[in-house]
Amino acid sequence: MGELRVPTMAELAAKGQQPDVLFWVGCAGSFDDRAKKITKALVKILNKCDVNFAVLGAEESCTGDPAKRAGNEFLFQMQAMMNIQVLDGYEIKKIVTACPHCFNTLKNEYPGLGGKYEVIHHTQLIQDLFDSGKLTVEGGTFKGKKITFHDPCYLGRANGVYEAPREILSKLDAELVEMKRCKAKGLCCGAGGAQMFKEAEKGDKEINVERTEEALKTNPNIIATGCPFCNTMMTDGVKNFNKENDVQVLDIAEMIANAADL
Amino acid sequence: MTISNIIFIIVFLGALAFFGFKVKQIIANIKLGKAENRFDRKSERLKTMLRVALGQSKMRARPIAAILHMFIYVAFMITQIELIEIIIDGATGSHRIFQPMLGGLYTFTISLIEVLSLLALVATIAFLSRRNLIKLPRFVKSEMNGWPKLDGNIILYLEFVLVICIFTMNGADEVLHVRSGHESYGFAISSWMGPMFFGGMETTTLIILERVGWWGHIIMVLTFLCYLPFSKHLHIIWAFPNTYFSKLRPMGQFTNMESVTNEVKLMMDPNADPYAVPAVDPDAVPQKFGAKDVEDLSWVNILNAYTCTECGRCTSECPANITGKKLSPRKIMMDVRDRAEEVGAGKRKEGDKFNDGKSLLGDFITEEEIWACTSCNACVQACPVNIDPLEIIMDLRRYLVMEESKMPSELATMNTNIENNQAPWQFSPSDRFKWKDEA
Ligand code: SF4
Ligand code: SF4
Repeated sequence: MGELRVPTMAELAAKGQQPDVLFWVGCAGSFDDRAKKITKALVKILNKCDVNFAVLGAEESCTGDPAKRAGNEFLFQMQAMMNIQVLDGYEIKKIVTACPHCFNTLKNEYPGLGGKYEVIHHTQLIQDLFDSGKLTVEGGTFKGKKITFHDPCYLGRANGVYEAPREILSKLDAELVEMKRCKAKGLCCGAGGAQMFKEAEKGDKEINVERTEEALKTNPNIIATGCPFCNTMMTDGVKNFNKENDVQVLDIAEMIANAADL
Repeated sequence: MTISNIIFIIVFLGALAFFGFKVKQIIANIKLGKAENRFDRKSERLKTMLRVALGQSKMRARPIAAILHMFIYVAFMITQIELIEIIIDGATGSHRIFQPMLGGLYTFTISLIEVLSLLALVATIAFLSRRNLIKLPRFVKSEMNGWPKLDGNIILYLEFVLVICIFTMNGADEVLHVRSGHESYGFAISSWMGPMFFGGMETTTLIILERVGWWGHIIMVLTFLCYLPFSKHLHIIWAFPNTYFSKLRPMGQFTNMESVTNEVKLMMDPNADPYAVPAVDPDAVPQKFGAKDVEDLSWVNILNAYTCTECGRCTSECPANITGKKLSPRKIMMDVRDRAEEVGAGKRKEGDKFNDGKSLLGDFITEEEIWACTSCNACVQACPVNIDPLEIIMDLRRYLVMEESKMPSELATMNTNIENNQAPWQFSPSDRFKWKDEA
């Protein structure tokens, strides 16, 4: 696969063009080394399917989600209004993002501040690509593997998206095994509500260890996620059990990109 | 009218008046909270109420508890029909006034009540053993020590005595009825159980027993009514308005604080004069961001607290609680109710100047608890009556951060990073698009 084609909004606007969808990369997807791989995997899928998309590049800014969940509504709304100015400036109509936190905030909390867009999670976009026949995969390396999917809270419970990730995974000829606590009852990885950025309060266990333990009980080859923060938490959890050689933690976009030989 | 009719009427009206008085107080306590519009989307709200409160849809997540609970719930609902008869009989001195009017339907209804009462008895015994013998983890958490534990048991004892009274009443009556030359009432259980237990007894004893059962029944019901306002059992009524007024937005959608929006808009408006003196309303109460005490919460939050049945489903799904943190969403709800009771009582006594130097945040709920929350919504999902502990936790955080600048130091750093670098980490904003060119 050659160069990634990642046009920015500024470039498109200069040419008088408009993308069909804006890819909101998010802070993790832009800066976190592990999450950057997810970003690139998604770009490969978008490129392969010739999706007319663009990113904001350096014009993107934190949605303000972690500030809001940490109680700093001022900072959240400052960020939101700044972002809405940029998005509206480019007349954005539709946004896709690989981060459930960005997804939730853009979709649910921006409209009240004037930012009204159609917002979808990348698993929903990938499902659309499959449904419209633009994307096909064979099981490839995933054939016969055991995969368990960890529901990100802000995708699942918060927004009721349970099926898109599972339907995509079902394309991989793999065996999908559910954890005891899944879908609406899924247990948090421990990162939400700005916990990602602080030490946990005193307790007798880390939440990500509790969750990973549950995932490992299904004896998976792969723990699949759809959130960069869940990914970090589960990866750390797997290391905690010294299982990093046996169990991979992968984003659904990475798995699809891999299966499609991208 | 006999003396017993008069006593009945006095006891009955007295209990009703007391209940009404307490309910009025509770409504006043709920109104301590701030206004919030939950009066929109009426048909959706009605549907939610019918599904979640009447249909108990969220109980299904735990099928055994759901079935046992359903026995007590249905028995309770259907028994209300018999209660109407008891009230008429009690006030007028009639005996089973509906029987001649309804005939077969009467036999059927009372039979149904008997069967359900027996099932309720089974459920009551199961529930008592869950709390006291099996000690199900969610019933023995620290916030359940003392009164909450006793409250849970008292209700079950009352229920137990109530069912025994019903069978004593019907059983003794059955034997008396037949002895006086009538045909059997033909009720499903008492028609054979009555003769079995009471068949050998003297008629005078039976008359007393029947009266003991009758009075015991109605007195239990009235005791229950007067006890409700002090108990977690208030949920049998409050579950209805609570589900009706529950949040219809996606769970992940938190409120955008309007007070903040106004200020942010002013800050970002290039035409706004930063030195302009805002028009000050001399009567305006200074704006407080977030919640420190119950009066800063929304009325819906306080309604939630009075509805909480302390079942602990929320806490048993809470990732923070599961991993040994102090946070328990059930405790948050219990604290809000306790504090609302305290503030409400204080205000009734001392008026608006009431100040006991205490507050919800600090004296009831600690900072350690609220910072342990991952905002995962598991508690909201688990609650059978659509209570939202997370909203309260968020409002307490908002107060701490925006009014007192108190937060874990890493979060202060995170905020600074977002302000300066537009990301929660300390990266340069100009590097945001570097990922594209990295191998
Ligand atoms: S939202 Fe907070 S309180 Fe509720 S279950 Fe999740 S961590 Fe616990
Ligand atoms: S908040 Fe809901 S789930 Fe939690 S204890 Fe109260 S009633 Fe039960």
